[in-house]
Amino acid sequence: MSSGQPIVKFTSVTKSWQRGSGGLQKVSFAATRGEFLFLTGPSGAGKSTILKLCYMDEMPSAGEVRVSGTSSMNASRVEISKLRRKLGIVFQDFRLLEDRTAWANVAFALEVTGTQPKAIPARVQKVLERVGLGPKMQAMPSELSGGEQQRVAIARALVNDPFVLLADEPTGNLDDRASRAVFQLLRDINVSGTAVMMATHDLDLVRSSGFRSLELNKGALVYDSSEAPLPEREH
Amino acid sequence: MRLALREVLTAFRRAPGLGFLSVFTIAFSLFAFGLFGLVAYNTRLALERLEERVEIRAYVTEGTEADAVAAAVGDVRAFPEVASVTYVTPEDALKKARAEMAEFQDVFEPEFLPASLEVRLRPGMRDPERVKAVSNRLKGYSFVDDVRYGEEWVQKFYSVRRAATAAGIVLGIAFALAAMIIIGSTIRTSVLARSREIGIMRLVGATDGFIRAPFLIDGLLKGLIGGMLAVALMWLTRAALTATVFAFEFFPTPVLLLGILVGAVIGLLGSALSVGRQLQRV
Repeated sequence: MSSGQPIVKFTSVTKSWQRGSGGLQKVSFAATRGEFLFLTGPSGAGKSTILKLCYMDEMPSAGEVRVSGTSSMNASRVEISKLRRKLGIVFQDFRLLEDRTAWANVAFALEVTGTQPKAIPARVQKVLERVGLGPKMQAMPSELSGGEQQRVAIARALVNDPFVLLADEPTGNLDDRASRAVFQLLRDINVSGTAVMMATHDLDLVRSSGFRSLELNKGALVYDSSEAPLPEREH
Repeated sequence: MRLALREVLTAFRRAPGLGFLSVFTIAFSLFAFGLFGLVAYNTRLALERLEERVEIRAYVTEGTEADAVAAAVGDVRAFPEVASVTYVTPEDALKKARAEMAEFQDVFEPEFLPASLEVRLRPGMRDPERVKAVSNRLKGYSFVDDVRYGEEWVQKFYSVRRAATAAGIVLGIAFALAAMIIIGSTIRTSVLARSREIGIMRLVGATDGFIRAPFLIDGLLKGLIGGMLAVALMWLTRAALTATVFAFEFFPTPVLLLGILVGAVIGLLGSALSVGRQLQRV
């Protein structure tokens, strides 16, 4: 999948908080266009922090994060907004608007980024069909299963045609079957050219996929499978 | 703009109770402030009416030539503090005394009453210092026998007026601050109720300006409606007080419009501050 061109680059990134816990220590790596990259490690290892730094919800305490030409060193709030329009972000807890239908949740992402109103219905329909929710477009989140809600969240992340999808434990709240289905959907998305960075605890999934993985422990990058094969280890 | 209005309506439909609570909180806070303002305004009008009674009387020495008095009247009228000067002859003085005081009913000879100049001052120039200054200038005329202006009354009146003004300012600021804090808290609650939405908007790349727009419109509308409700409540209260206690003057229209505008501005600023604070967190 990889074309070798870095779209996310971490250079000696350190992130520390006043409260002292969590964070990152001099993490460096690059993710390339079209790549599927896992972030693994125990809770608190820094997986979510890496994703937050990618969409610049957090800024490094030292070092630089560069995402598609936008640098953490000098990004303004407007530039961060523009960057996020090119990213897709998915969370474990879905983060849907509970009082809006699946269709409206996806359309919302286009409306608030100033997409022409005429273009919205076709794009929303297309992306909901792509994630397999064509028949349930008008369902409210409460009427959908966890896996289906995550599909809505993925559809919302995809509707702006992102170059990278950042997924923070997207299967964490799902049963095994729904997890596999969501993962398959992410693979399909990746096959179509969108890079995916996925934080997960599911080592079986990581091993069986054969995709690149970065393992973190206490904020340090301890292993990059692109440099050595994935060892047999348990968290 | 269309989307911002739709979001305002969506938020209202989702939590109408919170919407009404915000409007009523703004209305009642402004009503309490306005009611205080109404009392302060009527107190001021009453004090202004009392103040109009401040006058200086310069008694003219008996036998003064009419030409000399007429020339002096012209001079005094030119004083910057003076609104009017009236020459009161002994006959006029007796007529007035007979009209106002019972003990003069049997007096028919005006000679024992001295002629005088009745000097009234312009509004805003009736404080003790100015009254005294004009009085001293009048004493400088050779034909003026004595000058009286109720020095003690004027000083007491101005002490009361100064105390009322100071109390009005302090209480007014306290009422305004209380109203702003209550309104601010209510608006913050309604913004917090939509914090999830704000977070999602930021995540998908909406700019701060775009996120702010519906909240600003929401705050402006709530402030505007709250302001109008406050005016209606004040009008009803004033009508009830006028019917049962005594006649209250209502605010002039420009003040009412200003009150509604203040409501709208408070709503707008409250929303801007609350959503700004929320945006810093996401």
